[in-house]
Amino acid sequence: MEIKDLLQDRREVILKKWFDVLLQTYPEETSRFLRKEKDPFSNPVGSAITEGISGIYQSILDGVDIKEVSPFLDRIIRIRAVQDFTPSQALGFLFLLKGVIRDVLLKEISKRGLDEELHTIESRIDDIALIAFDIYMQCREKLYDLRATELRNMTYRLLERANLTKDLGNGQEGVSD
Amino acid sequence: MAKAKTKTPKPEELAKIDYSPPEKHWTEVPVEFRPGTYCYGARPKYLEEVDMPNPREWQPYEDDWKLPENWKEIVLEGMEDRLNKYRTFRLFMDICVRCGACADKCHFFIGSGDPKNMPVLRAELVRSVYRKYFTTGGKLFGKKAGARELTMDVFKEWWYYFYQCTECRRCSVFCPYGIDTAEITIMGRELTNLLGCNTDWIAGPVANCYHKGNHLGLEPHTIQSNIEMMCDDIEEITGIRIEPTFNRKGAEILFVTPSGDLFGVPGVYTCMGYLMLFHELGLDYTWSTYASEGGNFGFFTSNEMARRLHYKIYAEAKRLGVKWILGGECGHMWRLIHQYLDTWWGPADFLEVPKSPITGTVFENAKSTKMVHVVEFTADLIRHGKLKLDPSRNDHLRVTFHDSCNTSRGMGFFEEPRYVIKNVCNHFYEMPENTIREKTFCCGSGSGLNASENMEIRMRGGFPRANAVRHVNQKYGVNMLANVCAIDRAALTTLMQYWVPDVEVCGVHELVGNALVMTGETERTMDLRLEELPGKEEEEEDV
Repeated sequence: MEIKDLLQDRREVILKKWFDVLLQTYPEETSRFLRKEKDPFSNPVGSAITEGISGIYQSILDGVDIKEVSPFLDRIIRIRAVQDFTPSQALGFLFLLKGVIRDVLLKEISKRGLDEELHTIESRIDDIALIAFDIYMQCREKLYDLRATELRNMTYRLLERANLTKDLGNGQEGVSD
Repeated sequence: MAKAKTKTPKPEELAKIDYSPPEKHWTEVPVEFRPGTYCYGARPKYLEEVDMPNPREWQPYEDDWKLPENWKEIVLEGMEDRLNKYRTFRLFMDICVRCGACADKCHFFIGSGDPKNMPVLRAELVRSVYRKYFTTGGKLFGKKAGARELTMDVFKEWWYYFYQCTECRRCSVFCPYGIDTAEITIMGRELTNLLGCNTDWIAGPVANCYHKGNHLGLEPHTIQSNIEMMCDDIEEITGIRIEPTFNRKGAEILFVTPSGDLFGVPGVYTCMGYLMLFHELGLDYTWSTYASEGGNFGFFTSNEMARRLHYKIYAEAKRLGVKWILGGECGHMWRLIHQYLDTWWGPADFLEVPKSPITGTVFENAKSTKMVHVVEFTADLIRHGKLKLDPSRNDHLRVTFHDSCNTSRGMGFFEEPRYVIKNVCNHFYEMPENTIREKTFCCGSGSGLNASENMEIRMRGGFPRANAVRHVNQKYGVNMLANVCAIDRAALTTLMQYWVPDVEVCGVHELVGNALVMTGETERTMDLRLEELPGKEEEEEDV
């Protein structure tokens, strides 16, 4: 039996534990709500976390593909990038998975001599963490970009009147698509 | 000699980091002013303009807020005054049983995960002080009775959270006692204003409105030339030249809209829709360059300031001698007209009960205020078959509708915008039931929180709304979020760019303008954004 099979067999237990430790990064009253409310529109954060960790977990099992895992990382990170977290706190949830896997599977891994494979899985978590850094930064950069864009849009007409926003492509020869 | 007993931690133990927040009672955790979570402090020139107290340079992240020595006395006296004046305030302080029905209904709590954003706890910030100074139990038993001293930390906490509530009133829909937590925020803000602690984003528009009639402080010639620029664009799109009038005495109708429609994107496209509609109808109406703002940031400052700024619309209606007033797509303007106007200024008896000159419909609902919502006006036109519409011009749009908090919960305005949209668009999809109509989620930027410096807070607060939009975007391919509020048009645009970048934002009358078949128009190849209509590109493009 490979570690992948173990991870697949115990998927629900591991995901539930991961979800629980992730919720512990929120105040108690909040984590209670995030856990209890099942409606995805009343509890969009809880729902995004559930959806996100499930996709990330699958990606760890299958081998990391940036394109596939990114939307799931984005679901969670885009939220945590605007909540009251430092960057390390915002992304720390990924590393919590290592502890959860060891908690649930360590005995069996030792028994079956799958330590090397565990190392591979943990390396995949590290790879995903690197992708997560990129997504986190994109979110933060987007926030600053939005601030600048808003200021520009707010005074769009005034700038236009002052001939400050004329598009170069407008009626000018030599500019092609 | 005894050996030192030290135990080397194992790698697993070292890697164990406790992410849980410190376990302290909520009353003992002071707020931290992190950039992105607060608006800048009001500049003194804005406070001086409207005679507000304690004008000085200050910022919320500074230790010293430069308050008068007797600040505590001023706040407590202010509180007592309001407890005596507003029965609701005292009632809301007393009757909450902390059942928690409101707790998870606030978009700021849902998006931020900060328990002090639960409406019950946000109210408790004030209630705890109320108990200490105004109830026997609190005076005698202090903390055991849920009471606490008013300290500088507490005052700063008030400020932080009262300028983090959009007064949207979603929580009040779920309260079994009918407590309106927005009213508590409103009182809280009044108290902060007694010490000159407003935000710059609110105080600026208040001062500008008082002085010039609109939030940006635009002067009459600027307003006029901007509307004329829109007319240039309309001419390019339709071949029709529109000549609106300004400050025209004797017009039948005065039209007032939020100034965001005159200058901001995408508000200007909504405004173009109004201009086209009124021209096509041949409506006898005028713009005013003095009553040039439907919004009223006085409402986010104090009741008195809101009252003071509001009357300019009616003073201008009187000066121009119009019969009635037509109002544009705005949120809080309508809440004020609907719920506050009569208390402030009594019925506007010098005007006539609004009657549509096109359909003859008498707007009985506006019998006292004499002011009609433009969407209601348009819905009536469509109902009577007075408009020639080609909804296929909006076929490139798959539209959903965001109920603005103030028009939905503040005046029960649900059907008219949907009726209009369904008549001017072929593709309309509703968001989930628990996110629309009276349960609508706020844009996260209302009540003067649409500054840019508090972007993180806005993104948190707007997340539940964005999440529902994401759903219809994925399920039905929705790419346009329509609404009837100027703050929404600005704030949701930014919100979408962060959470659901495929979706754009528009006012309902932009969609009307696209679909409206005007007498003598040239064939439309562009929409109101001057973007080519799919399938109707100009031939020269094929060269």
